Amino acid sequence: MLGLTEEELTAVRLSLKVALWATAASLPLGVLTALVLARGRFWGVSLLNGLVHLPLILPPVVTGYLLLLLFGRQGPLGSFLAENLGIVFAFRWTGAALACAVMGFPLMVRAMRLSFEAVDRRLEQAAGTLGANPLWVFVTVTLPLALPGIIAGMVLCFAKAMGEFGATITFVSNIPGETQTLPTAIYTFTQVPGGDEGAVRLTLISVAVSMGALLVSELMARQAGRRLGTA
Amino acid sequence: MTLAVDVRHRMGAFALDVRFESEGRLTALFGRSGAGKTSIINLVAGLIRPDEGLIAVDGTVLVDTARRIFVPRHRRRVGYVFQEGRLFPHLSVRRNLLYGRWFAGRREKHIAFDQVVELLGLAHLLTRPPASLSGGEKQRVAIGRALLSDPRLLLMDEPLASLDEPRKAEIFPYIERLRDEMGIPVLYVSHAIAEVARLASTVVLLSQGRVLAAGAPADVLGSSEMVPVAGPGEVGAVLDARVAKLDVAFGLSTLETRAGPLTVPRVAAGIGSKMRVFIRASDVMLSLNRPEGISALNVLAGRVVALVEESRTVIDVALDCGGQHVMARITRRSAIALRLAPGVSVYAIIKSMALEDGERPGRR
Repeated sequence: MLGLTEEELTAVRLSLKVALWATAASLPLGVLTALVLARGRFWGVSLLNGLVHLPLILPPVVTGYLLLLLFGRQGPLGSFLAENLGIVFAFRWTGAALACAVMGFPLMVRAMRLSFEAVDRRLEQAAGTLGANPLWVFVTVTLPLALPGIIAGMVLCFAKAMGEFGATITFVSNIPGETQTLPTAIYTFTQVPGGDEGAVRLTLISVAVSMGALLVSELMARQAGRRLGTA
Repeated sequence: MTLAVDVRHRMGAFALDVRFESEGRLTALFGRSGAGKTSIINLVAGLIRPDEGLIAVDGTVLVDTARRIFVPRHRRRVGYVFQEGRLFPHLSVRRNLLYGRWFAGRREKHIAFDQVVELLGLAHLLTRPPASLSGGEKQRVAIGRALLSDPRLLLMDEPLASLDEPRKAEIFPYIERLRDEMGIPVLYVSHAIAEVARLASTVVLLSQGRVLAAGAPADVLGSSEMVPVAGPGEVGAVLDARVAKLDVAFGLSTLETRAGPLTVPRVAAGIGSKMRVFIRASDVMLSLNRPEGISALNVLAGRVVALVEESRTVIDVALDCGGQHVMARITRRSAIALRLAPGVSVYAIIKSMALEDGERPGRR
């Protein structure tokens, strides 16, 4: 298989795992946040908007360091979660997933928010008069109509997670087999003599995965769009 | 069914203060745009919460601000046909139709799916997505969707307004069948006088958020309150009629009215069925002698009841034709030349083409 070494293969597998978890775990919160930002009419909305977008503007190293302070072994949240729920982030792949989720979150929310804003509220009113309570209106009308944007948001988050470097290496370091994802592995290869070949191989894989994700999202969004008669 | 509305509501600069009751099968809210028609429908549907007031259908209270009752829209069981259809773009026609039915749950359903599909002629559209439908088809699906949610009251907000004449003609008969066959009361918004004359059993005349008049179409549409609402050119009389004969060769129908027979362009309704005709006052010509050798097919004998001077130029002549009220709008000069006065016998002449109201079949 492309002549990948065991070490490289591990990095690819780990990256996929981290990115998938980061995307899946932040999906519910992402949908909820996007909905609040699109529909909310209270003073806290601007504050929430700023908070969500912070990782997009902050240097990734800063985000990673903040995560280390909060979720590290000695951090207030990290020690609480470790003691009460047995969830440890520090120097584990779960920490890499957390870092990737935080970095991908603004991208995910942006795309979803736009699609929620584009949903015709009058259709929701119509559903209400037909007997659907607000929750059912959301599930049967709002969510399906916003689907193209939700898919786009997930793919963006996934792609960002596949490529996340700064926050991940700051928060959980670069441990082969545990926290060494594709980008950090490439970085490592470029630091050792004779590592160019491995770096190139992983780079090609990185490009292929990103392109694949974008193509899949394009296809899914187009299919959803065609169903809505807008494509 | 009785619908009772008594509400006051402010929206920016617009104030709504209306009170009416209706027992009719089809209650038309008639008025110019901005009169508050749609607001009233939205209040009944629960899309707007009134500042103050009461709305009840058949004794079931939907809103009563005094008792702090506000039934949420999904529990009101009102079928709402919006002006722009509002079909769900992500669902097929069939699933659009069944949407409300699912929420009606185990409640006993008075209307069968097949019945609605047949009534509205939807059988060939069921698998299609809404985006592929024509305007008239969309409105028919919207009507069907509202009907199938098993409503106790159907709200229709100018369901024909976005359609051109042939499409209107396509839907008209369906609404008439709905009114006569389904037994669901309808609250209908319109600013088209012929539409209201033809469909309504009760008319509520609205202007600037207030009720000017309410009652039978013949009374309300012929009343003087109509002038500011409908505009000076649109006053006239409503005649109850029955389809008597069909002249296939010439595409004409003969209607029986108390004033005498009326020949009109062929109507969709079958022989024997009842309907209403609106005769615009400005479409009526008067003659002292029974005219001969003219193209107009309708000549009604009558007597002048009253003369109302509208301006230096215009006079409205109220006529009694065999017990039927008819209005004629003529110049003051003609009225003087003919020496018209109450009691004078005259003949009212109406061109058949003036009685065309876009309801004929086969005119696509």
